[in-house]
Amino acid sequence: MASIDLVPGTAAKADDNESAWSKLFYYATAHPLGVVGAVIMFLFVFAAMFAPWLTAYDPIGTNPALALSPPTETHIFGADAMGRDIYARIIYGARISLAVGLGSTLLGSIFGVVLGLASGYVGGWVDLVIQRVVDVLQAVPLLVLALVMAAALGPALDNTIVAIAIPLIPYTARVIRSNTLALREQPFVEAARAVGMSEFRIAVRHVLPNTVAPLIVIATAQLGAAILTEASLSFLGLGVPEPHPSWGRMLSESAAEYVRVAPWLVIFPGVAISLAVFGTNLFGDALRDILDPRLRD
Amino acid sequence: MPEAVAARERAAGPPVLDVRDLKKHFPVRKGLLQRAAGNVFAVDGVSFRIETGETLGLVGESGCGKSTVGRTVLRLIEPTAGAIALGGTDITRLDKTQLRPYRRQMQIIFQDPFSSLDPRMSAGDIVAEPLWVHGLARGAALRKAVAELFERVGLRKAQMDNYPHQFSGGQRQRIGIARALALQPRLIVGDEPVSALDVSIQAQVLNLMLDLQREMELSYLFISHNLAVVEHIAHRIAVMYLGRIVEYTDKRTLFTRPQHPYTEQLLLAVPVPDPRVKRPKRVLQGDVPSPINPPPGCHFHTRCPYAGDRCRVEAPTLREVRPGQSVACHLR
Repeated sequence: MASIDLVPGTAAKADDNESAWSKLFYYATAHPLGVVGAVIMFLFVFAAMFAPWLTAYDPIGTNPALALSPPTETHIFGADAMGRDIYARIIYGARISLAVGLGSTLLGSIFGVVLGLASGYVGGWVDLVIQRVVDVLQAVPLLVLALVMAAALGPALDNTIVAIAIPLIPYTARVIRSNTLALREQPFVEAARAVGMSEFRIAVRHVLPNTVAPLIVIATAQLGAAILTEASLSFLGLGVPEPHPSWGRMLSESAAEYVRVAPWLVIFPGVAISLAVFGTNLFGDALRDILDPRLRD
Repeated sequence: MPEAVAARERAAGPPVLDVRDLKKHFPVRKGLLQRAAGNVFAVDGVSFRIETGETLGLVGESGCGKSTVGRTVLRLIEPTAGAIALGGTDITRLDKTQLRPYRRQMQIIFQDPFSSLDPRMSAGDIVAEPLWVHGLARGAALRKAVAELFERVGLRKAQMDNYPHQFSGGQRQRIGIARALALQPRLIVGDEPVSALDVSIQAQVLNLMLDLQREMELSYLFISHNLAVVEHIAHRIAVMYLGRIVEYTDKRTLFTRPQHPYTEQLLLAVPVPDPRVKRPKRVLQGDVPSPINPPPGCHFHTRCPYAGDRCRVEAPTLREVRPGQSVACHLR
């Protein structure tokens, strides 16, 4: 008789008639770490959107006089080997890193979920065909794929996003498929069928929402990985073309050469990447709990 | 008085459910090429009828095919052979679209009150879904209909916005019953609907089902392995063993004059709450044989204390040994 003990106030926290703000406030107090994650993500998105107002320096313009300058009052994060302000490059770099991270994760998740759901729910030869396609996707090495795409279409942001998204698809598709296989045998799916619901609707209304938790866990992990992958692609000249700044390239360009003489070249982009990954993980964990009615209260 | 005759005809009418010689064989596939390596004879020629307002108890050990019967009747599993008639209409071969209107007449209550409710939907949405799918109500009318269903099964309408995990097992089963009732069906298949519940809650849920039956003239196909529960709710009882009905009669006859050796043994196995009652030691030795290669002849001969030569060779048919009592046994 658990629900009888519930004071109306506790149950009504998630009620429709309460305003969105009070709901948000309730979730925020229940998940303080999620708030930290959300603030970090918000700061980066804010930086990306309002970069020109947040720094007076040009992220691209070089200044030999400033080369390898350590952090000073005017250049708080120092300058790189070409005398470019690191703070400005990080602020502008948020645009590229977030676009790549969010874009490829979103793209990979959409295709992964659609393929995984179809594969697991429909089964039979559809499953067989999709799983072989997924095998092929997984077999193509990322660098080869990126190389081919860069050669065919030229190095550009959108090509980079697609190239990074493709290897993410098999992973998501496999996890969603195995979840779907378990879910489609659940009695609540059978109940929906007994009611006369169409198979498509059952897949969308009953199976898909129950795969959200693993999806969020995967997606937050992939977001960090995507930002780092972009770093290695840029290092090879396959990612976003020079001289546009991305955190990944700032890190990989300078890591080997300057880490001893000018560690600020490595530390600040590294911190930016870590913070972004950390923020999305915290936010993702909280989001997963909030979306699960069992963990909501 | 032709009108009175017509009224009586209507009242008599075709049975709510008439199942004839139902078979469900699951192919067993083996190896890389998925060759058919045999069949699981889950349901192997089962016939019964359920009249309006009647409860048929379907009992048997686990693996005897009773749940498969329930799901096949609802066309959640496609029958291999046989005929299922719902209120006189043969629904055995109807396609999905044709079947949809008949889905409104038959619903199911599941055993597990946890996995039978979508954890991500509110209780109200779960009960509303059947009405919504069939376009019977929308918006405020839908909410009102759901509130009525909640009250009918003994839940408070304030609980509509709660999620399944906030309810106890018994309450969840009530949600499951409300969902089954939403479409005002004539027949509800209960697949062990109380066996996952505490004994005290079992009685509550059974009494709710009995009340609803009286109010709505519901018919139940009540599947259970618990004879005490079936005794409480069923009017007639069919005993299943390895995919076949071995005894089919009314409740009183079954409990007082069982004719099939298997029924006899089952009744002997029911616990008696009196330590002084002496009971035979040897009750049903061994396990149910595999339904993949069921024993030839009478399926029960491997465990039957009276089995003779004929039982090992020839399968007995279900025949009426007394008015209203059918038994599948050579010895009766």
